[in-house]
Amino acid sequence: MQLGFQLSIILAGVLVATSCALIGSFLVLRKLALVGDAISHTVVLGIVLAALLTGGINGIPTLLGATLVGLLTVLLIELLSGSGLVKEDAAIGLVFPALFALGVILISRYAGDVHLDVEHVLYGEIAYTPFDRLVLAGWDLGPRTLWVLGGIGCFDLAFVLLFYKELKLATFDPGLAAAVGISPVLMHYLLMFVVSLTTVGAFDAVGAVLVVAFLIVPPATAYLLTDRLAVMLGISVLSGALSAVLGYALARLLDASIAGSMATAAGSLFALAFALSPRHGLITGALRAARVRRRFAVDLLLDHLVRSERDTETQIQAEFRWSARRARAVVRDGVRRGLLRFQGERLVLTEAGRAEAAVPGPGALMTVPTE
Amino acid sequence: MRDLLNLLLFDYTVRTVALGCAVLGAVSGVLGCFAVLRRQSLFGDALAHAALPGVCLGFVFAGGKSPAWLLVGAAVSGWLGALAVLGVVRGSRLKEDAALGIVLTTFFGVGIVLLTRIQNTGNASQSGLNSFLFGQAAVLLQRDVLIMAGAGATVLALVALFYKEFKLLAFDPAYGSTLGVPMGLLGVLLTGLITVAVVIGLQSVGVILMAAMLIAPASAARQWTDRLAVMIGLAALLGAVSGVAGAALSSLDARVPTGPLIVLLATAIVLFSLAFAPRRGLLWVGLQRRRENRKLAAAAVHGPGFNKAPGEPDYADHLGALGGVHRPTDRDAAPNAPIKERP
Repeated sequence: MQLGFQLSIILAGVLVATSCALIGSFLVLRKLALVGDAISHTVVLGIVLAALLTGGINGIPTLLGATLVGLLTVLLIELLSGSGLVKEDAAIGLVFPALFALGVILISRYAGDVHLDVEHVLYGEIAYTPFDRLVLAGWDLGPRTLWVLGGIGCFDLAFVLLFYKELKLATFDPGLAAAVGISPVLMHYLLMFVVSLTTVGAFDAVGAVLVVAFLIVPPATAYLLTDRLAVMLGISVLSGALSAVLGYALARLLDASIAGSMATAAGSLFALAFALSPRHGLITGALRAARVRRRFAVDLLLDHLVRSERDTETQIQAEFRWSARRARAVVRDGVRRGLLRFQGERLVLTEAGRAEAAVPGPGALMTVPTE
Repeated sequence: MRDLLNLLLFDYTVRTVALGCAVLGAVSGVLGCFAVLRRQSLFGDALAHAALPGVCLGFVFAGGKSPAWLLVGAAVSGWLGALAVLGVVRGSRLKEDAALGIVLTTFFGVGIVLLTRIQNTGNASQSGLNSFLFGQAAVLLQRDVLIMAGAGATVLALVALFYKEFKLLAFDPAYGSTLGVPMGLLGVLLTGLITVAVVIGLQSVGVILMAAMLIAPASAARQWTDRLAVMIGLAALLGAVSGVAGAALSSLDARVPTGPLIVLLATAIVLFSLAFAPRRGLLWVGLQRRRENRKLAAAAVHGPGFNKAPGEPDYADHLGALGGVHRPTDRDAAPNAPIKERP
């Protein structure tokens, strides 16, 4: 039973991660990451309003109210920035705190009437997942949250599969999309609708923070690892799911918030990709630059040795104004690649080195012709 | 109204809270101007979220809720968050929005982990630490307000000292670089000052709503003037006014939290400014457009020179120039105006 509880919590995390990562990829690509952030805060207002009107936070009214407020958020942001009086970033920063503040005030004002507290809204209680069960006609069908999240996950997957081509075109080339009859505006609002829906569904289980984390971080991680949309979606979902699993383990280890730990795990995976991504990573990039610099230096050295063979390392150092360390490193690299060898103190080219020097490499651009 | 004034002047708690919120509103109003002008409005949001782990570490470090340690912790981790955003933007192909989102959620996630960890270890003095999430202005003490005022005064003095440089940074950093002014360094300094403003506000309005305190007064002030100095002064005033008003109003009903109320008031000021500010406001622009349309229509009906003030363009001439392409008829120029005879 204990295992079942744990599994259902992890499964809830993985489901949230999957649906958020799918939709979030398009947000990140369309530079709308912060609109997603805004929506996930303002749905609070929708949930509260629906709760005040119907007296509970269950079912369709909540979903509807929150989705509507999510769309309203997008609309207000666009109205504000469209007026030209404030920039888009300021518009986002004006709309979502205002709506969120309204939600918080309503919650505290009518706290007695609604079972909602603000912390629950922020970082949710994924740990309660196993206890709230869906019972239909006397049958215990398992945790209700899993059904909701599963439904939303399927909906999101269907949305992306069904509109894959349209989303792709409207994201990367809105002009062409409009020209071939796919309205970018319609796609935009459709996407925002799905974002709102996903947020609301995920929100009750895991809270706003984790929703934003899963909307933005795994897609950003994937974006650093690939240039292909389909691959990006795949990596995004995988890294989201991995964050959920790792995050759960971390939370157990530290006896801390599960949602917070999952967000931490997602951030750590991003940091890894940021540092080590084969094409866009910080460290890999630095290593590549160092390798290119070294290769360039060896080319220079070969070119120099063709003309004045039998220089010593010290002479080379003076010629290129290299530090002793740099000179030694370059020479060692040349020797290792079999292009140079030592004759006593002096350096000579090997056959391979002579051939390499004959190929006009980058070094050829730098040497002044001697004759 | 008189009750409110009485509360503000003579009730110790309300007066303290109102003073604290005034300081917060003024300081964040001033720094918000630079954030808004540099299109870094949401930096404040990321900073505020990023401050949470620092608050928790400050608590662990000091072994209790010593305000100085909490603020220092918040400032350091907020600043690290800001640097992380800049690092991600420079070091990868992600845009600023994604960078902000990543830093915001990751730092906040770490903060929540630390916070719940501290709570679960059963340390009794931790209660109230989570007031940093949403702010709890009502628990501000005179000591807190003094710290806030001191930090705020330092920040404002630095802004005054580097006013010229910050102005250059906000409007034309490229030109600044050619003058040999260290723009990168100034940007880091400005971010540091914004961090201090955010930290000042954390305890009263909380992590999530702090963004609004930076953006709203500045956006409202922007509508009324085109001069930076005036905008800064106005933003400080509007920020302080919403702070005091929010604190006073929320003291009337214990169930209405102060921070969100301040944010709502500041937003209301923004909406008012957007609608009614002269020259930029929606109402002004709408009226202006209507007036121009009227004149255009009248000119089309009455011919050149009609009702023309000296120095004003003659609309009829413009219409005449268009005449070869499109002969304006009365219905064309003023579809809703009653059709008149030409004099």
